[in-house]
Amino acid sequence: MKKIDTSGTGCPQPVLMTKKALEGSPEGIDIIVDNNTAKNNVARFLKNSGYNFSIKEEADNFLIEARK
Amino acid sequence: MDGKKGIIIAGGIVGVLSVLLVYFGNPMNMGFCIACFIRDIAGGIGLHRAPVVQYIRPEIIGLVIGAFIIALANKEFETKGGSSPFSRFLLGVVVMIGALIFLGCPLRMVLRLGGGDLNAIFGIVGFIIGILVGVQFLNKGFNLKRNYKLPTVEGYLFPVVNLGLLALLIVAPAFLFFSETGPGSMYAPVFIALAAGLLVGILAQKTRLCMVGGTRDMILFKDSHLLLGFISILVFSFLANLAFGFFNPGFAGQPVAHTDGLWNFLGMAIVGWGAVLLGGCPLRQLILSGEGNVDSVITVVGMLVGAAIAHNFALASSVEGPSPNGKIAAIICIVFLGVISYLNSEDLFKKSA
Repeated sequence: MKKIDTSGTGCPQPVLMTKKALEGSPEGIDIIVDNNTAKNNVARFLKNSGYNFSIKEEADNFLIEARK
Repeated sequence: MDGKKGIIIAGGIVGVLSVLLVYFGNPMNMGFCIACFIRDIAGGIGLHRAPVVQYIRPEIIGLVIGAFIIALANKEFETKGGSSPFSRFLLGVVVMIGALIFLGCPLRMVLRLGGGDLNAIFGIVGFIIGILVGVQFLNKGFNLKRNYKLPTVEGYLFPVVNLGLLALLIVAPAFLFFSETGPGSMYAPVFIALAAGLLVGILAQKTRLCMVGGTRDMILFKDSHLLLGFISILVFSFLANLAFGFFNPGFAGQPVAHTDGLWNFLGMAIVGWGAVLLGGCPLRQLILSGEGNVDSVITVVGMLVGAAIAHNFALASSVEGPSPNGKIAAIICIVFLGVISYLNSEDLFKKSA
């Protein structure tokens, strides 16, 4: 599964990176985010785009697994 | 406070509180104005000598401290920085110059319309066009590169500086400047203004309220979340202005405003474009600066310096309209935004490795 790392990027980059990655891999991607704002923004985007997703808390990050 | 309900309630509270601050003494349609208040602080500490706009605005201090406290409490305080800091500083300068040509930040733009100032419509149209231009570059890969974790103490410094400003305001030493006439002489009592700032700081941190993010996310992702906050501020400030008898629709004679539609449009177009590149409006930059985002601190310092430049070089508009110097500065700002946008857009300008 394709994986993108949005760590260190500010609004609206995490969602923009997610959107672009999903255009290349519409079946799903894994997304690393490093703060709550990005986590919530990416989750809202995935919900609005009709993707199922799960959020796992890792050491300093969150791993969001988005699937069609 | 997550979700649609949270951001609508937060916007409503911001709208009503803004009118209450006017009731308690702030200038009309200026319950909150991030650009105006940072400009007043620049005057208060003597960075410019425009005698009518000098005061240490407690609302700004409250916003930063409110965001700082709630971020600490929710374990969201994180010191980070290093994402193109000098570009951000200059963008802060540019956003401030644009705001002072229009006479207000995006938040005051909405509050002006809520008070019946129809000149703000030109500002809103310009703001949306500016955001549209910025979004084109976002779609071409514009970014200011990532930030990095920094020592925690670095993130504490800006909130501490704000506490220092509060101490200065209370002690009021003779080296500070306080307006005796004009908008700078009109203010709500210190602790009411501070409390309003704290409350809005907390709400804005919790909800990520951002005046530029609403339109940007609507265009980019068809996401109306932040736009609901923008609309809520407009609706509730309108209702509160009606209730207090402050609502006064029209173009001419509006408080701290001019009627030159073209320059109202261009001023806010600069703010919209610049704020999209920065990733958030002036209010959002203040909130992030309280959360440990040192890039936003640099942006706020850029706005402070921008305000000083705007008044020292006679770039700021007056109620008579834009100044000749301001018009030249606006063109320079637009060229600067174009160059920064182009050079940082990865699909347009491939940097040689």
